[in-house]
Amino acid sequence: MTEQATESQTVLEGKGLRVGRGGVIVLDVPSVSIIEGEVLGLIGPNGAGKTTLLQTLSYLLKPVSGELYFRGAKVGSDVPVLEFRRRLAMVFQEPLLFDTTVFQNVMSGLKIRGMKRSESDGIVVEQLERFGISHLSGRSARRLSGGEAQRVSLARAFATRPEILFLDEPFASVDQPSSEALIEDLQVVLRKTGTTAILATHDRMEALRLSDRLAVMMDGRILQIGSPDAVMNRPADEFIASFVGVETILTGRVVSRDGSSFLTAVSGHEIEAVGDVLPGETVLLCIRPENVSLSTSLRRGATSVRNVFPAKIEKITPLGLYQRVTLDCGFPLVSYVTKHSVEGLSLREGKEVTASFKATAIHVLRKNR
Amino acid sequence: MDLILDGIKKAFWLLVTLDPEVMGITWLSLKVSGIATLVSLLLGISIGSVIALTRFPGRRVAVSLVNTGMGLPPVVVGLFVSIMLWRNGPLGFLEILYTPTAMIVAQAIIATPIVMGITLAAMQQLPKKLRLQIFALGATRLQMVWILIKEAKLPLLAAVMAGFGGVISEVGASIMVGGNIRGYSRVLTTATVMETSRGNFDVAIALGIILLLLAYVINAILTHIQQHERPR
Repeated sequence: MTEQATESQTVLEGKGLRVGRGGVIVLDVPSVSIIEGEVLGLIGPNGAGKTTLLQTLSYLLKPVSGELYFRGAKVGSDVPVLEFRRRLAMVFQEPLLFDTTVFQNVMSGLKIRGMKRSESDGIVVEQLERFGISHLSGRSARRLSGGEAQRVSLARAFATRPEILFLDEPFASVDQPSSEALIEDLQVVLRKTGTTAILATHDRMEALRLSDRLAVMMDGRILQIGSPDAVMNRPADEFIASFVGVETILTGRVVSRDGSSFLTAVSGHEIEAVGDVLPGETVLLCIRPENVSLSTSLRRGATSVRNVFPAKIEKITPLGLYQRVTLDCGFPLVSYVTKHSVEGLSLREGKEVTASFKATAIHVLRKNR
Repeated sequence: MDLILDGIKKAFWLLVTLDPEVMGITWLSLKVSGIATLVSLLLGISIGSVIALTRFPGRRVAVSLVNTGMGLPPVVVGLFVSIMLWRNGPLGFLEILYTPTAMIVAQAIIATPIVMGITLAAMQQLPKKLRLQIFALGATRLQMVWILIKEAKLPLLAAVMAGFGGVISEVGASIMVGGNIRGYSRVLTTATVMETSRGNFDVAIALGIILLLLAYVINAILTHIQQHERPR
């Protein structure tokens, strides 16, 4: 992709954004771009600065320094703030509906823009249908369930046909079954309309389902930004690794190297991994629980898998779709297996099994980086 | 006991015969207090909103002043308005002392801090992020304030009730700046005071009952609107 092409596809760009609160810098993002049609997921723990970044990018919060460029035009000078705001929409964690009917709520953004009833009615009806809330049209917004209210909030946002949609933890205050359905519907609408969106969430699974790119935030900074695959499987540091669900992070010293693979000593055991490291270096080995297999018969040498260890099951905890198995191999290891596997292999706490993981499934971080 | 019964009988008679003087006094009370309440709503809601929605040095002091103003003694207001409007006073050239206009001014001064204080509290009770949401919907600053006022309409109805209730029942300022002139600036409260001092308890009771009825009817209407609008 040429640089020119990338530039023309950038809808919103933030440069040198810094936000202060009480004399402390709470956001420091040297550069961030949102590409036309993409969903950028912002993940990070509470207080990481996700909301602050969203509000800064939507110019609801004025940064102490930095500029925003909307389709190449500087917000606040080339393009007036009001015009910029009228080309975006925002959905907050709380639905923040007005004390009127659902229909009037969905229409509010259009009314603010001075659109005539004859024009806006059709748009509102379309949005109500899109989010499956046509039957609630005449109901007071105060008499909706959490899930219904958030649907109204989304419909209100989409009614203005935003060029960028900002979503700030939109499912966090919705109960589990409702949020599942809501995420599915939003996914369909985003795909259908091709709306560019930025989604802030502390739930990485939610982000993974909706995002084309992921940015991990911590202490007001973007630590890593890239494809979901890159962030999940090749986290840039230990914090990101643990945040994106790498349950096993082992510290070891490289003892030998053979081509691209190397052996690392971890608590008296040798683990084989692939990477560009030197003997004597201290490394962190990141092993995702989905990549750890359990067996009751596998022996080292009888498989292409390079890392095979006898292990004792310490604990089995149900975890939604998976069962989380905590193992002691002389070093701690976590594996996710299905309920079928637990039953098929008669896994139980205290049982001796064999744990295995491929050398290529380990993400290596150099400790001194 | 007979005194009260006679008073009630007389009141009933004055009411059913639509006594012209009593009707005139009632009408003037409604007019003066109604206009004063309207003025106080305009001033109170706009200034209250500004204080609620902006941050400025001395804001805390301003909020304290508004809250103190909610309990402004009518006689003190009457005193200062009298001084201001006195023939040789700073606003004496207006020549409105002892007129219904002066009563409207005094009553508006009494009601404005009440409306302002309730507006301030009502606006501050709205979710903080609502303002951001309204801006994110593309609203101008003026549209944002207007939407917030609409969102706070239930507590603001309470402001109307409190403001009107405060001034229709007020007597000190009205008597001082209005002068209780028969057929010109005599309102229900000032007339009640006068009739009582003259020993005409029956007329005083009649006027008192009308005052109570008025306050009840107006508050009943506003309460009905408020409860009807209240989320169920």
